[in-house]
Amino acid sequence: MPDTSVMIRDTAKKLLDEKRVDLIIGFERGTLPLCSSPCFTRRSEEAERLIWNASCENNLAKYLRRREEKVGIVAKGCDIRSIIGLIKEQQIDREQVFIIGVPCNGMIDRRKIEAKLDGKEILEAEEEDETVILKGRDFTEAIKKEEFLHNSCKTCNHRNPVIYDVLIGDKVEENQGFDEYKEVKEFEAQSADRRWQSFTNEVSKCIRCYACRNACPLCYCQECFVDSSQPQWIGKTTNLSDTSIFHIVRAFHTAGRCVDCGACERACPMGIDIRKLTKKIEKDVKELFHYEAGVSLEDIPPLATFNPDDPQEFIK
Amino acid sequence: MGLKITGVNQMQEPREKVDGWEPKIIAFLCNWCSYAGADLAGVSRLQYPPNTRIIRVPCSSRINPLLILRALQHGADGILVSGCHPGDCHYISGNYVARRKFAILNNLLDYLGIEKGRVHFAWVSAAEGKRFAELIKETTEEVRALGPAKELVKKQD
Repeated sequence: MPDTSVMIRDTAKKLLDEKRVDLIIGFERGTLPLCSSPCFTRRSEEAERLIWNASCENNLAKYLRRREEKVGIVAKGCDIRSIIGLIKEQQIDREQVFIIGVPCNGMIDRRKIEAKLDGKEILEAEEEDETVILKGRDFTEAIKKEEFLHNSCKTCNHRNPVIYDVLIGDKVEENQGFDEYKEVKEFEAQSADRRWQSFTNEVSKCIRCYACRNACPLCYCQECFVDSSQPQWIGKTTNLSDTSIFHIVRAFHTAGRCVDCGACERACPMGIDIRKLTKKIEKDVKELFHYEAGVSLEDIPPLATFNPDDPQEFIK
Repeated sequence: MGLKITGVNQMQEPREKVDGWEPKIIAFLCNWCSYAGADLAGVSRLQYPPNTRIIRVPCSSRINPLLILRALQHGADGILVSGCHPGDCHYISGNYVARRKFAILNNLLDYLGIEKGRVHFAWVSAAEGKRFAELIKETTEEVRALGPAKELVKKQD
């Protein structure tokens, strides 16, 4: 089977040459090992830069809004689910996007690898099937990709594109036999005091850089509630009360929309466990309204509709 | 101790439960049912504890979770959210849509460890003056038992 990167390049070149798209959004080699960065190409000779590996972690759906031209996008499972969300919320037009779907085996988490290396600097990384060979000044180490996946990739059950215009390579086997909400359930089982303690411990790390919001493909409000000054909903400092409300409300805004791509958590410089909140909401939406975000273009988002028989035990 | 929704942040120390402490409850009532229910309780001369401050909103679906969280942050010990019974919404489906939001918010607050009795939801119609008075009594007692709000209260840095 030819290399995925080569197939992506060929597809991109063909699309650009045939003028079926004006722009291709994909990944290119980053400046650091194990770090790919988004790549925007408009000419077919530039398409040589495109690559595909286990560090193509960014959610490229973020770059699709407010574009005039027709865009081809290299997208993995979670990116495509975000694209579906954006189409349903009428932020992008299906006709305007050409989806180059890439089945994904999960992306590796550089921070986990760095933690294992205990301060040693990675100067080079090579991928071979299921392993990555890391090279540094005085060490060479082979690691298994599977052990260093992002948390969101570990619980992913949509590794294959849900919709696409062209599929690169063969579909991969979906994750199976695991409980997606194991962490949420464990958290739920703790006492209320413990839960509040762990929540405040997490959010007290927050420096209010809003990287989570900026990385999220679904956070596209013209004016975010944290930026609004009339009314000024919450203070702008790292006051614990303000930070807690920021995280609660940001998570709440993703209700029925979050596809658990993990972009927020990857973007967080302080390593806050943001998915603890979004995953809980995802679980509730599934249990209460039987809805899963980003799997179909037809169903109505759960908070845009209702059922007269919705559960209401909590209402007196 | 007024509740400010806009303007300069009001810093507040968390209050201790001292003798004579009374809970402060903010009630968001929909204009068409619950507010009229409160009015009926009033004109019927029904007695209920004076701990509740009522904020009238056009519809229960107007209630942004931020209104609730901000009230807790700035000195409310309890929140009551009330609208028309399902099927009776003045705007046909406002309360149905609101109900979904409330379900998620309620679960999320509970999940994070905020006591169950802090935020209350209820349906009260314009004819239920008596029920409204009882609801306020119950809510006040529940919040009183919990003591002053702790979790989201904004402290001076």
